[in-house]
Amino acid sequence: MAFRNLSYRIRVPLSLSLAILLTGLVVALALTWRAAEDLRRDLFRNAVEVGTVLSNSLPAAIKHDDLWQAYQLLQAARTPGDERGERLFLVLDRDQRIYVSSQPNQYPVLSELRGQGPELARVEYAVRQGRTLEPYAVDQPENERIYVVLPMLDDGVAMGTLVIGYARTLFLPRFHGILTRVGWSALILMAVLLPIGWYLGDRMVRPLIQLANCLGRVGRQPLEQIQCTLHEGSDEIGQLGVRFHQMLHELEQKQRLETQMVAAERLAAVGRLAAGVAHEINNPLGGMLNAISTYRRHGSADPVAEKTFDLLERGLQQIRDTVSALLVEARASSHDLTPQDVDDVATLLRPDAQKRAVRLSLENGLTAPLPLPASPVRQVLINLSLNAVQATPAGGAVHCRIHPGEGRLAIEVDNEGETIPTERLRHLFEPFVHHNPAGHGLGLWVTYQIIQQLQGRIDVESQAGRTRFTVLLPVGQELAA
Amino acid sequence: MNPVRALLNTIAVLLAALTLTLSGVAESRESAGPYRVGLTPVFLDNQTSFLRDWEEYLERRLDHPVDFLQRQTYREITELLLNGQLDAAWICGYPFVRHHDALRLLAVPLFEGEPLYRSYLIVPAADGETRSVADLKGRVFAYSDPDSNSGFLVPRVELRRQGYDPRRFFARTFFTWSHRDVVRAVADGVAQAGAVDGYVWETLSQTHPELTGATRVAWTSQPFGFPPLVARADLDRDRFSRLQGVLLEMPADPEGRRLLLRLNLDGFSPGGDGLFTGIAAAMDRFGEE
Repeated sequence: MAFRNLSYRIRVPLSLSLAILLTGLVVALALTWRAAEDLRRDLFRNAVEVGTVLSNSLPAAIKHDDLWQAYQLLQAARTPGDERGERLFLVLDRDQRIYVSSQPNQYPVLSELRGQGPELARVEYAVRQGRTLEPYAVDQPENERIYVVLPMLDDGVAMGTLVIGYARTLFLPRFHGILTRVGWSALILMAVLLPIGWYLGDRMVRPLIQLANCLGRVGRQPLEQIQCTLHEGSDEIGQLGVRFHQMLHELEQKQRLETQMVAAERLAAVGRLAAGVAHEINNPLGGMLNAISTYRRHGSADPVAEKTFDLLERGLQQIRDTVSALLVEARASSHDLTPQDVDDVATLLRPDAQKRAVRLSLENGLTAPLPLPASPVRQVLINLSLNAVQATPAGGAVHCRIHPGEGRLAIEVDNEGETIPTERLRHLFEPFVHHNPAGHGLGLWVTYQIIQQLQGRIDVESQAGRTRFTVLLPVGQELAA
Repeated sequence: MNPVRALLNTIAVLLAALTLTLSGVAESRESAGPYRVGLTPVFLDNQTSFLRDWEEYLERRLDHPVDFLQRQTYREITELLLNGQLDAAWICGYPFVRHHDALRLLAVPLFEGEPLYRSYLIVPAADGETRSVADLKGRVFAYSDPDSNSGFLVPRVELRRQGYDPRRFFARTFFTWSHRDVVRAVADGVAQAGAVDGYVWETLSQTHPELTGATRVAWTSQPFGFPPLVARADLDRDRFSRLQGVLLEMPADPEGRRLLLRLNLDGFSPGGDGLFTGIAAAMDRFGEE
């Protein structure tokens, strides 16, 4: 059905308008019906008044069989409109024949009512049926006139009957006037009410439309781009708005969690692979280096071989460095982290910062030793700070904050380097991802591995020329193997 | 008997006695009393101002008070005249002939120069077929007054002459108590025909042509003596002569002529009983009463 598929933006105002129209129509009909009733009552009153005036003299005229006097009485009761046939007076004798009428040419003396067409035949039937001596109306819709029947009494006996017929056209001008007035009133009322109704309907529906639009965007647009200002309140649509915002928030969280999980799993896989490869390489590597060492100890005369072994040894040493760098291991044997350890890091880094004309500030919130291995934590701090110093252009600032919280240690490192694109953020902690031509691409990998082993977590936010690394490390937990 | 009614009857009897006594007194002093003249609306209708003018005119000419008395029907006026409560009256030739012995001809109006008039049978203008009252069997017929020659006697005599019983000929008859209303009854269609004084119809055709225009004269009777002014037979001779003299001289002075013009009459003639033999013959032939 077309109406069911119509937008509420149109459907609700339309329904309100229809209700207003219907109300207007019903009121107009009621008023018109009332006016018609009033007219009918007026007519009956007029007839009874005329009948009362005539009832004094007309029965006497009939009794004395003075037809001319009866006619003159009818003439006296006439008003100017009767010339146009608006009112018809018929005096019927006891046999319901016309004794005299106000229009004798058309309704002659002595003629039968039923001989004057079907309308008067119906009137005659009604008069014959009417047993009452009280006035009554004969109003049949097929008749051109409304008749009021007034028995003419003389000493309580009906001498005859006075029938007054009122042409329906008599009411038309009055009725038309009333209709026009009612019509105009209804039109004006509707002209006022319809825009109000339309406005109210539109207002009512607008939050729903907004909600529908927002819902429509879910799934088609990235969640973070969906910005909706919705009506929120305790009404139904307001509740929907609240729920929608909650849903959007939860969806975002879920998506972020999924992304993080995927990244963590990938990094874990890479870590396992790297560790595996490193172990496999380390054994033959150790053998090869031992072999070179043994060869040297036994001496050799061949300068060319000596040179070659040097070359080999250096290459193998480099392989070992790299491999050991991949095999990150947070040694639990380290001492607890003290405030001094953190201050040392600042001392270590300052020359680098000065060289690059970067302001380095370190906020050390530690006041007492923490049960965390000092070496890996220091390495994390150094790695992140160094990266920050390197990422910051000259004249910029790097800010580090170390502050212990409830059961954890938080490290924040801010730099003012350029924003890291989202795509790069995704692979930031993977090994050999070179963003900095000066580094070997393992700094953040190592940092990540250390934090993983300390069962902490690291987050990066990078936006509007500011990048912040946040590390949270649990305090007082057994380290993972 | 209802005591109230009994009381009313007693009062009525007393009043009647008083009236008789007073009239007796008036009669004994009749030469000093005003002229009492009776009129009916049978053909003088709604002419109050004219009657007042005529009354004043007669008073001036007679140098004596004149009282005009109006009654609804010829019968009432005739009764008053016969009772001696009126000195003279303007009645129809028919009651004059009927009570010929008790009445004396005072003056006969001259209509179109003659003391004669006719009875008209009128029908609605739409009726182009009726030629005679005999064509109107089963219709509704309007008479003016049962004591009118032209408005009652003439059509009935005519029917009888043609062999019909006027009492059963029409479906319905009624009296309008005035010639003018016969014209109205026919014009409005209340009656399908009517008998009317020809003089009244002609006069109306000048003053109210829209009324007579709705009617058609279907038949006119032979001429009859114009409805006369009559006096009771025992009226003082002197009073009779003075009144007659003033009436007959009316055309002689301008004011009298103006009054006659308003009546559409030319004057009055002394007339003679011979004028009314036609009516008397009709009455004799009628014989239904």
